[in-house]
This record gives sequence, C-alpha cells and structure tokens, in this order.
Amino acid sequence: MNFPMIFSILGTVFLFESFFIALPCIVSLVYAENVGIDYLIVSILCLLVGLSLKKIKPKTKVFYAKEGFIAVALSWIFISIMGALPFVVSGEIKSFTDALFETVSGFTTTGATILTDVEALSKTSLFWRSFTHWIGGMGVLVFLLALMPLSGGHSFHLMRSESPGPSVGKLVPKVRSTALILYGIYIALSIANMIFLLLGGMTVYEALVTVFATAGTGGFGIYNDSVASFSPYIQWVITIFMLLYGVNFNFYYMFLIKKPLQGFKITELRYYVGIFIVASLLIFLNINSRFSSSADALRHSAFSVASIMTTTGFSTVDFNLWPQFSKSLLIILMFVGACAGSTGGGMKVSRFIIMAKTVRKELFHLLHPSSIKIIKLDGKSIEHDVIRSVNIFLISYMSILMLSFLIVSLDNFSFTTNLTAVITTINNVGPGLDTVGPTGNFSAFSALSKYVFMFNMLAGRLEIFPMLLIFVPHTWKKQ
Amino acid sequence: MKIIIVGCGKVGSSLAEQLSSEGHDLTLVDTNPDILNETTNTLDVMTVVGHGASYNVLIEAGIETADLLIAVTASDELNLLCCLTAKKAGNSKTIARVRNPIYNKELSFFKEELGLAMIINPELATATEIARILRFPSAIKIDTFAKGRVEILEFEITRNSKLNNLRLSDLRARFKCDVLICCIQRGDDVIIPVGTTMLYEHDIVSMVAPPKVAAEFFKKAGILAEPVKNTIIVGGGKISYYLAHQLLHMGIHVKIIEQNKKRCEELSELLPEAMIIWGDGTDQNTLLSEGLESCESFVSLTNLDEENIMLSLYVKNQSNAKVITKIKRQNFDVIINKLDLGSIVYPKFITSDRILQYVRAMQNSVGSNVETLYKIVGNKVEALEFRVTDSSPVIGIPLQDLNIRKNILISCINRNGKIIIPKGSDVILPGDTVIVTTTLTGLTDLGKILK
Repeated sequence: MNFPMIFSILGTVFLFESFFIALPCIVSLVYAENVGIDYLIVSILCLLVGLSLKKIKPKTKVFYAKEGFIAVALSWIFISIMGALPFVVSGEIKSFTDALFETVSGFTTTGATILTDVEALSKTSLFWRSFTHWIGGMGVLVFLLALMPLSGGHSFHLMRSESPGPSVGKLVPKVRSTALILYGIYIALSIANMIFLLLGGMTVYEALVTVFATAGTGGFGIYNDSVASFSPYIQWVITIFMLLYGVNFNFYYMFLIKKPLQGFKITELRYYVGIFIVASLLIFLNINSRFSSSADALRHSAFSVASIMTTTGFSTVDFNLWPQFSKSLLIILMFVGACAGSTGGGMKVSRFIIMAKTVRKELFHLLHPSSIKIIKLDGKSIEHDVIRSVNIFLISYMSILMLSFLIVSLDNFSFTTNLTAVITTINNVGPGLDTVGPTGNFSAFSALSKYVFMFNMLAGRLEIFPMLLIFVPHTWKKQ
Repeated sequence: MKIIIVGCGKVGSSLAEQLSSEGHDLTLVDTNPDILNETTNTLDVMTVVGHGASYNVLIEAGIETADLLIAVTASDELNLLCCLTAKKAGNSKTIARVRNPIYNKELSFFKEELGLAMIINPELATATEIARILRFPSAIKIDTFAKGRVEILEFEITRNSKLNNLRLSDLRARFKCDVLICCIQRGDDVIIPVGTTMLYEHDIVSMVAPPKVAAEFFKKAGILAEPVKNTIIVGGGKISYYLAHQLLHMGIHVKIIEQNKKRCEELSELLPEAMIIWGDGTDQNTLLSEGLESCESFVSLTNLDEENIMLSLYVKNQSNAKVITKIKRQNFDVIINKLDLGSIVYPKFITSDRILQYVRAMQNSVGSNVETLYKIVGNKVEALEFRVTDSSPVIGIPLQDLNIRKNILISCINRNGKIIIPKGSDVILPGDTVIVTTTLTGLTDLGKILK
C-alpha cells in the first residue's frame, strides 16, 4: 500500500475542503452573523493540515485499485471530521458525535438529522449543512480530478471508487475531461433548478440551499417541516429536479453531445421512469381518499416517491401517517434507489435489473441444464466480474444491514424505528418511519448507534467496499 | 490529438503508454475485454470492446472526430480493412502495420490508392535498423535528419579511445573534423555539454555530423568505422531475409544459419547470393566451423530471446565481432542492458518508435514550427528540427552571443541542403532549418530557446 501517495491525495482533498469551508463566511457577511469567524478558523486549520500533508513526497507513484479504495474511504472520513468542526467550534451543535453525524449525513447526501429544531441554527451553518450535500453528491474526489491533473491510470481508480454503480465507465478518454463534463452537467442542472425555484418566489438564500439539497439528492431542509410550507409549484419543481438528478449522468452527455434519441434507449432510464410512474400511481390510489383534492394527492404521492426513490428525503407531508401499503412501498423504493452514475443513493436500478436477469438466467438454467446464456444490458454482454460484484454487493449490503439493525436495537426503540433507521441511512435517504419519520429525527439514539449509522451512510454512499476494506487487517499490513 | 488504437498487443499497449503520457486522448479497441481492463487500470484511456474493422465499433470509439487511427492487430488484412473503414467513416489519418512480405512491394500502392498515411512493417524496420548499425559498427544507434544529410550517432568511449579525457572545445582542432557532440550519457545522467565538458571512459556520446564526415572522424579517432565485410546471422526468419537482402545490396557477405531445412531452401531461392547453412546455430561446433572467430559481425535473430542472449554472450567471448542481439520482450531491459550483448534491437520498440515519430511530427505540424522530433538516448533527450521564420529573434546573431537557456544546444544548421555544424561564430538565417537537442520538453518554437 502506497501510503505516502494516499496522504498526498488527502492533503489535496483538505486544501479543497478548506476552500469549501470558507464559503459560508460569505453568507455570514451577508446576514451579519458572528459564526463566520468560526468557519474561517476551521478553514485555516484545514488549510494548514492540507499543506503539511502535501509536504509528504511519495517515493513512487505506484497506485492500484486498493490504494484508490483506501484513499477514497479515508478522504470521506476525514472531510467529515473536518466538516463537523465548525458546528462544534461555533457551539451550534454541542456534542462532537452529533456534529459528525450531521456532517456525514450531509456529505453522504443522506439528509438524516439529529437536530430537533433546524430553524434555530444560524443561516451560515444551515448553508454549510446544505452545501455538504452539493459537494458529496458528485463526489469530492471527482471534483479534485476535474481540477487537478493526475497522471497515469491511478486517477481512474479514485473515480471508480467514488462513483456509484455496478460498473463505472468514462465518457471521454481522459479522466479529467470526464470529471469536468460530469461537474459541468451537475452545475448546469443546478443553475436551471435555481432559476425555476426563484421563479416560484423563493428568496435567493432559500433557493440556493434547496438547490444544494436537491442536487446532491440530500434532503436537508432549512425549515422544520422540510418543504411542506412551499407552494405546490415549487414542490413540483423539486419533484422534477429530484428525478433529473437521479438519472444516470451518461444520459445527459449522450443527450446533449452524441445522439439525443439514443439516450432514451438506456434500459436503466426506462425502468427508472417506469418504477416512478407505477409507484406514484399505486400510492396515489392508496391515499387519494385522505386528501381533499386529487391534485393534492397526486402531488404528494409523486413528491414522496421521487424523494424516496432518488434518496433525497424531502417531505411535503408526514408519510408516516399513510396506510401500511404506501409505507411499505416507500421502504422498498429506498432499496431500489436511483440510477447508477447519478447523485442518488440506494442499490441502484441497474443492479436490480442485473439481479433480475441473473435470477431469470438461473431459472432457465434449471430447465435446460446445459444451456449457455449471456446476460446483456443495452445490447452489450455483462462481464462475469460485474455480475459477481453485484451479487457480492447484495450479500455485503444485507449483512451490514442486519448487523447494524442488531446493534441499534440495543437502544430499545420500536422494531419499525430501528429497521427503517438502518435502511434509510445505508440507502442515504434520510427519513424512515415512526421515531425517525419525516417529522422525527435521530437525536434520541445512543452514541454507539449514531456511529453505526455514520458507518452505514458512508458505506452506502461509497458502495460498501471502500468502507469494508478499512476493516480488513491486511490493508494496514506492510507487505 | 484524438487517437484510436486498434489492437492492444505489445506494440499497441506500448504505443498507448507513450501517447497517453504525452497527453493525447486515446481510445483503445480490442476484442479481448481482459486486456482492455488491464490497460485501463494503468493508463488514462478509454476502451471499446469489439472488432476493429466494424463500422459500429469505430463509431463508438469516436472515429468521426478522431485525428488518427493506428491499426496494429495481429492480422495484416484486418489492419488494412480497419484503415479503409476508418477512412470512409471519418476523416482521420491512418497507420497500419503490415508485415507479410507479399504486401511489401505493394506498400506504395496501399499508401496512395487506399489513402494510408503510413505503413509499418516491423521486421523490415528492424532489419533496416540492424543494417544501419552494421554500416557503422562502432555506433550503438543512428538517427537521420534533414532527409539523410545529417545523422546523430551514439557510441561509447572506450578506455583506449583517443577521445578519452578530452575537452570538447579541443575536439575540432584535434581531429580537424566538423562534428559536434550534442549529448553525453554518463551512468544514468544525461548531459547537454558545453565547451568545457570533458569526455571520459564509458560515456555514451551522441554526435551530430553528415555521414561522410562522421566516417572520416571515426577513422581519425581510431574508431572502427568501415562497414563490416561479412556477417553471420543465426535464425532465418523474416528479419533475416530483409536484413540479408539489404546487406548483400551493400556488398557485405552474408551467412545465414537456419535449423529448418525447408526454410533454408526457401531462403536460398530468395537470396541466391547468400550462403545458407542448414544447422543448429546454437551449436558451438557449427559456429566455430563456420568461421566465428574471424567474422566481423554477428547477428542473433532466433525466435527465443534467451537463446539470442546466450548466443551473443558466447560470441562476445569468442571473437571480436560486432554483435547485435534481437530481443522481443522489453520487460527485462534493465537487466539486459547490463549484459555485454553489443547492440540490442527490440522490434516492438522500433515499430512503436516509428509510429511515435509520425504522431509527434503530425502533432507538431499543427500550430508550431517543429519539422521533426526525435527522442534520443532512451527518450531522455529530444532532438527537434525547427524551420526558422523571418521574424525569429535568433536571426543574424552569432551563436556565442545568443542568450540560450541551459540544457539546450544548437546542434546543426541546414542552409538549403548545406550542412553547417555550428561554431560560436555562425549565425542563423531565415529559411534555415536548425536542429536543437535538449533535455527540456515542450519546445514549440525556436524563439523559446532564449532566456
């Protein structure tokens, strides 16, 4: 393991984070809040740490997939620790564990909170909280790759470890150009989103933080009732944009640059839209009677499905009060998640497609034992390695889920609370049911449970393996 | 530039490695996904799994916007078809590797009628390289510039050489030859020399000179410069055929030792002037009885690297012949360079080197006035040929008064075909082409050599 190289990358990550942490100071200036000083202090601290790490000169530039995994995992852990400091220094979140939970939840675009009263926070801190979503959505290292030319193939290892999906490809030959294109699309969508929200009468500040939370599919709101108090127009805008961010970004590249129509032929996209429509209609039928008008029921069902499926976690109503069928469907959608290569979390639609095809192949194989069938997606055969990693992903996912569920149940909350809390964190959604429902929060859990949730959120965002590798003793041994 | 490489074998991947490190946008096409996976793990390139001659695969690889397609699969026909498809699908330049001797005479037809920019035959290129070395037995490597009017020759300074312990400023006066040492490799260091630089034993020096002057210089300096008179080649493959053909043309006696009787007969038919011996070239008795001790040069061209290495070591031990060893795999070059094997030729490297030269020249023709660019001394030094424009800041000033950056040397001036090996008093005029050697990279204009 080439640790000097990993530290050098960490150093660069800190330098970028130092810049990010300095941004809330502007908000502080605008609203004349004192906490800006605390952000400045942490930013300088971060800068110093970054610079001292950059002093480490790696002997060799050898960098393999394992270094990529570890660099990504460590980066995410350390940016979360550093990102939590402003909350602690300013005293707005007293306990370090809580501050860390909030930051991890931010960077991993989960949106689960320990705050009982969000509105009590300063505007500066609310900005930072939402901004972590925006950074985490597309990924810190992808951002780094877009700006920093790293030579050789090792930059791809970083990108592959951070980007969601069963198999990560490049749009153009160079990693740097690919990263630039991804961020370009991300920023363009964010700007479009911002314009639509401003048209709906939001203030610039409200629009900005809402865009951050929507773009990263995070879900931190700045009001206690999430986005329920905004107009139906704004809720529809958010619904549509949540769905847009949950689409595989390859689609936009194809749509804009290559062949527009070909983009629509992506199987994953079709399933994604299909699942959304079917689920929205089912929930609409299930809850229609509870609302005064069908328009309201449709808006709430579409919003909730989009919010849960893209793992954003905004809410317009407390779906915890909905019928069991709707709640169960939403929980299932948490697992499904968004498309691979989007900013959303969950297990990804494409993984489910591959799994379904594998099951079908296996059944077919039982009927015709000597048959040979290659699994195809979008006209291309899926390599055996990808299928294997999807299967192993599923197993690890479920194991972590069960183990976490067991640990968390020590806190003696209801079965629903414990289970949905674990599901919602590992899928980076945000709200669960009962105590952790849309109107609830995670503050009541013990510190141990909170750390378990943090691990789940990071594991979910980084697609399990980087986080698991940290716990393999062999990783840390000198070979 | 956007470059597509079809075929990710040894040549393909070594090309990819070089070109991606030079910052090109590369897309590799191969039918084997495993090889492509391996490549993406180490290089910043995009890969497409598929058949290189397929229109759809090429479209997916982005042929419509590509600047260059290089076809280096194992099959000649596939390479040619690939270039044809590429030509029709996009507007890129194309390079194909074609190695079957049958097509050899048709190369110019291919180039002109099928619109190929370059056709490379690895065996022929290797044979040419070996022939060039045999023409100047003391030189390790020779590169030609200005359409063959100037050469850069690499040779090693031995203990008894007249050049040992010589100050470079005394070189011309001592030998009365217009030659210039443009770089010195000492151990792992590469030095761009100045007048006070001294030459020592074991230095590998690169010298710029017109071919005739170089021969004269070698004679005066007591370095063996006469072309060899005879040679023994072990192994009768394609390279041997091309090599023998060229050597016979130069009036050098050729003896080929080949194991396979049928191949011997073929060779005898193809090369009536050569002496073909049917026997085991690795057998010491065979070699000795065929006059190993008195032969002037020896080329190991068998199919096995290990056999070639052992053979060359043995011959080095037994005679004073100039030894050339062909080695296929580049993986162990660090160790191999430490062995006393004489000149070593890597066919794969020669192939990719030629293609690289073309790519660099092509890139340089866009937006800069570099005519040709060669990487010499193990890619550590660039020799660039610039055309001097009317507005260049270096015109009319004696070279000794130019404030030139460190590690840059003006090595040669070509004035309408007349070669000037520059001295301090020489000046550069508009219309000249100038060869600059440097350890710096990325020089795009002659003006940039100034501080």
